[in-house]
Amino acid sequence: MKAVKLLGLVLFITGFTIFNATFFTADYRLNETILSNQFNDESKVDIFKKHTDLVDKSVGSNFDFVNGLGETFRKVNDEQLEKFGISKGEIDAIVNANNEIFSLSSLSVLGDDEIGQYKQKTFNDYGGWLDGRSFDSKEDMQAQISNVVENIKKYQIVNEKGFDQYQVKDLKYSLTKASSTGAVASNPSFFILLTYVLCILGAMLYILPKLQDGPPGIKNDGIFHSAMKNTGWLGILTGVFLIIFYIVLYFYPEYMTNWIIMVDPVSQFLKGSDAGRFFLYGFIYTLCILVMGVRMIIKYRHSKYQVIRTFSVMFFQTAFAFLIPEILLRLNQPYFDFKNIWPLDYDFFFDNELDTLLANGSLGIFMLGWGIALIIIGVPVFVYFFGKRWYCSWVCGCGGLAETLGDPYRQLSDKSLKAWKVERWMIHAVLAFAIVMTGGVLYTYWTGSSQIIGLSTYDVRSVYGAWIGAGFAGVVGTGFYPLMGNRVWCRFGCPLAAYLGIVQRFKSRFRITTNGGQCISCGNCSTYCEMGIDVRWYAQRGQNIVRSSCVGCGVCSSVCPRGVLNLENGDTEGRLNEPLLIGNDGVKMSS
Amino acid sequence: MKHIVIIGNGISGITAARHLRKQSDHDITVISAESEYFWSRTALMYIYMGHMKKEHTQPYENWFWKKNKINLIHDYVKSVNHENKKLKLDKKGDLIYDVLILATGAKPNKFGWPGQDLEGVSGMVSQQDLEYIEKYTKNIDRGVIVGGGLIGVELAEMLASRKINVSMLVREEQFWNNVLPEQEANLIGNHIKEHHVDLRLQSELKEIVADENGRVKAVLTGDGKEIPCQFVGLTAGVHPNIEMVKESGIECGRGILVNEYLETSIPNVYAIGDCAERRTPVPGRVPIEQVWYTGRMMGEVVAKTICGEKTEYLPGHWFNSAKFFDIEYQTYGRVWNKLKENESEFYWEHGSGKIAMHFIYATDTKKFLGVNSFGIRLRHETFDQWLKEEADIYTVLENLRAANFDPEFYKRYEVEVADAFNSQHSERQVSVKGKKSLLEKILG
Ligand SMILES: Cc1cc2nc3c(=O)[nH]c(=O)nc-3n(C[C@H](O)[C@H](O)[C@H](O)COP(=O)(O)OP(=O)(O)OC[C@H]3O[C@@H](n4cnc5c(N)ncnc54)[C@H](O)[C@@H]3O)c2cc1C
Ligand code: SF4
Ligand code: SF4
Repeated sequence: MKAVKLLGLVLFITGFTIFNATFFTADYRLNETILSNQFNDESKVDIFKKHTDLVDKSVGSNFDFVNGLGETFRKVNDEQLEKFGISKGEIDAIVNANNEIFSLSSLSVLGDDEIGQYKQKTFNDYGGWLDGRSFDSKEDMQAQISNVVENIKKYQIVNEKGFDQYQVKDLKYSLTKASSTGAVASNPSFFILLTYVLCILGAMLYILPKLQDGPPGIKNDGIFHSAMKNTGWLGILTGVFLIIFYIVLYFYPEYMTNWIIMVDPVSQFLKGSDAGRFFLYGFIYTLCILVMGVRMIIKYRHSKYQVIRTFSVMFFQTAFAFLIPEILLRLNQPYFDFKNIWPLDYDFFFDNELDTLLANGSLGIFMLGWGIALIIIGVPVFVYFFGKRWYCSWVCGCGGLAETLGDPYRQLSDKSLKAWKVERWMIHAVLAFAIVMTGGVLYTYWTGSSQIIGLSTYDVRSVYGAWIGAGFAGVVGTGFYPLMGNRVWCRFGCPLAAYLGIVQRFKSRFRITTNGGQCISCGNCSTYCEMGIDVRWYAQRGQNIVRSSCVGCGVCSSVCPRGVLNLENGDTEGRLNEPLLIGNDGVKMSS
Repeated sequence: MKHIVIIGNGISGITAARHLRKQSDHDITVISAESEYFWSRTALMYIYMGHMKKEHTQPYENWFWKKNKINLIHDYVKSVNHENKKLKLDKKGDLIYDVLILATGAKPNKFGWPGQDLEGVSGMVSQQDLEYIEKYTKNIDRGVIVGGGLIGVELAEMLASRKINVSMLVREEQFWNNVLPEQEANLIGNHIKEHHVDLRLQSELKEIVADENGRVKAVLTGDGKEIPCQFVGLTAGVHPNIEMVKESGIECGRGILVNEYLETSIPNVYAIGDCAERRTPVPGRVPIEQVWYTGRMMGEVVAKTICGEKTEYLPGHWFNSAKFFDIEYQTYGRVWNKLKENESEFYWEHGSGKIAMHFIYATDTKKFLGVNSFGIRLRHETFDQWLKEEADIYTVLENLRAANFDPEFYKRYEVEVADAFNSQHSERQVSVKGKKSLLEKILG
């Protein structure tokens, strides 16, 4: 068995090493066809070509290539601004052509040639409202005009004649992906074999022999001696890898094109088109849940609750989060994850999402209704009957990853009272932020105005997306597994968890019951509570555990060596009980 | 305002301190030589096995004590001068008290075996023992454990978790059968062997043999066998830790003698927990009860008495629990290792050999007296209620469903248990009451 495990480890490390090596091994060759396909604008192709030396040349490093692209975009923009922008001298000329009252007719100084007309037209569009305005001084007028000119440059020229920041971001990624050549690009399926299949095989060879590790029971031996599970060097290394992975995924996808190309065949198979970065992410995510789910099931094979629960998260991830949305795309229907709920699904009410759903007939309407019903009926009703666990540790994707890939790290959560205090204000602050952000988005959707009290709702939502959606949920949420436990996001950040938690705390039949006087204060329950709940505090005084953060993973109950804890749905009367220990008949003891 | 000093920061001393603080604003000082902060002795094994670190076994965060104005002194008490109400501490000088609570705990038994003090021989009670065991079991091949019983099994599990071979010498013909009835002793014995422990029944320690450096190298057993080993764990029970108290002139038997109010022979001096011995035991119970729960209950009671509400120590129905490797054990009421007069039994064991229930009831009245449960969690509250109401065995079996405390989705055995009872007892048949859960219906 030892040999099999070792073989598994070797295979896994080999696959993982090849995977990482492919990050660096592509060559990049840009050509005209790629440019025309991506730009859809021959004039842009021409000017791009003028400023680049990348075309028809092989570049060996993705860093050089992406830098080269960035440089070119900058040069193109500089040239176009120079050419189509109104210059300082022209601003002066315009000012001089006016008295204290500004008139659009003064724009004739810009000339009548093609470029002059363009300048006049854009000024008319952006500064038309200045017509007939009077100014106290020339300086005032000049400042106004300069302002208009800057806006033209920023919002019109860069966009129309050059490349604005969003295009640059997208194009860097799509050009890099299309230009990739080399082993992976020419044979992605083979590399799937060399990386994913090898890793899965290795992991299975490593995991399956655990069936022989003695009779079923709690398998926590050596956890705090482990370099991986006790934030030793291996844990820190893993954390660093995950953090980098997430940063690249969310903010610099242009560097990971080889990885995305590798899963193109899978994507083609499922939805009939090439993969994007979030397809890659969903693919890896699902594999992690499945492979580590098998590990979880073997580890807790004595506990039916854990086994069934783990099957549940594996199922919901694979079917609901991964397959169904991709298949919907194949059927030309909107991408939709039927188990994702606002405000975790923070872009549910974004204009583009709403438009897509509304444009897709009765199925789209149904999806919209379904999503809203989950928020206002599903959450309260299910939490009332089962506690928030029905979602957090049975259905949710974040929870699914935490309970499988994250299981080895659950003991790293901070149990201190201080952490609980931080948790309470932080998670509710994120909920408030999500509500305000969504309110703004809907306001814009209905009124068409993008400004509320001087704030752009687009800015608010992009801040939320970057800091909460990507930064907190992704980089911190998963990257910090080996450093702060597997539920950092669920505990400190998830706005849906906050909402579920409020219902659970005040209106639910769920509680964890403690068994009379049996607790020996050993601390296993608190140690292995991934939400950092000091379960023992309650157990040793005979008090039910009713906490908004409890995700009902049931691990506290599993690890308790004295059979003290039980997750139960029951009568709401007596749920918030006074602490009471059984056993001492001489005194009525409230501990 | 009085100065109440407690010697010992175990569960009994700390419970007393906490309840004193709740009920009064006396000065409270807790002294311990073992550790700065209260920790859970019951979790000792988990630290060694890497399930937890020491700080995880501390039930209260370190700020707790200051916030609740409980002074902690990390020092050894060398003597008690009860005439002047003065303690002599090893490092920190003298300390005056008004009221003294002795909660000094217990120490491992050593029966004068040759070699019992060699290097590499250890009991398993304190943090110092834990450090010692840690040091002397590094990379060793085999450890020998002397004495079965709860601490012995825990030590066996600890060593096994580090892949160290374990031999366990048990004097009796079955594992822990001075406490467990034969059936259970068998069941647990088998499970211990399943974990590759070399369980040697009816085997006594004769001598521990040293190598040239004075370190353990082997154990000789009563039947003349030699077991080479590098570590010996002595887990043949514990005895009250009373030397210092005894020398100070406080009356002791095997433990510090106390009356029903936990008062010792000296006014204003109380004794609680593992170190205390009842002059007249609570009916149906032994004079020295060394378990976590009794220590806690005595702490609760003594706090009441000291705060002016004189309260008798009256523990309710007996309960206890333990875990033997993977098998959880709970007991409510009294199940003695051998049936007493006018006691009948009903034993059920699942085919797996890992799940069992043993019911004891009065032969004449059928009154339920106690249950041992293995691999099935039972609800304390329900059983306590049945014991208080003097329910009969039929009531218990028919309502067993309500007493189940296993997690959701676990297989339920009530019907199987009742069927087994019915096939053994033709005089009256029981049928299980209560609803079958939906899942039970689906999963059968
Ligand atoms: C390994 C192990 C596992 C156990 N598991 C269980 C279990 O699962 N269930 C159960 O019910 N019971 C269990 N027990 C028994 C239970 O732990 C004890 O009954 C309980 O801890 C006794 O508490 P106590 O407060 O009386 O004494 P202790 O916890 O022993 O505390 C006494 C303290 O007093 C200190 N002290 C003594 N003399 C002096 C002095 N002169 N000066 C300063 N300090 C002094 C000692 O150093 C010690 O720290 C277990 C015991 C052990 C050793
Ligand atoms: S209290 Fe128990 S069930 Fe709830 S999250 Fe913590 S370990 Fe899981
Ligand atoms: S694990 Fe069980 S016995 Fe240990 S502290 Fe928690 S509830 Fe008490």
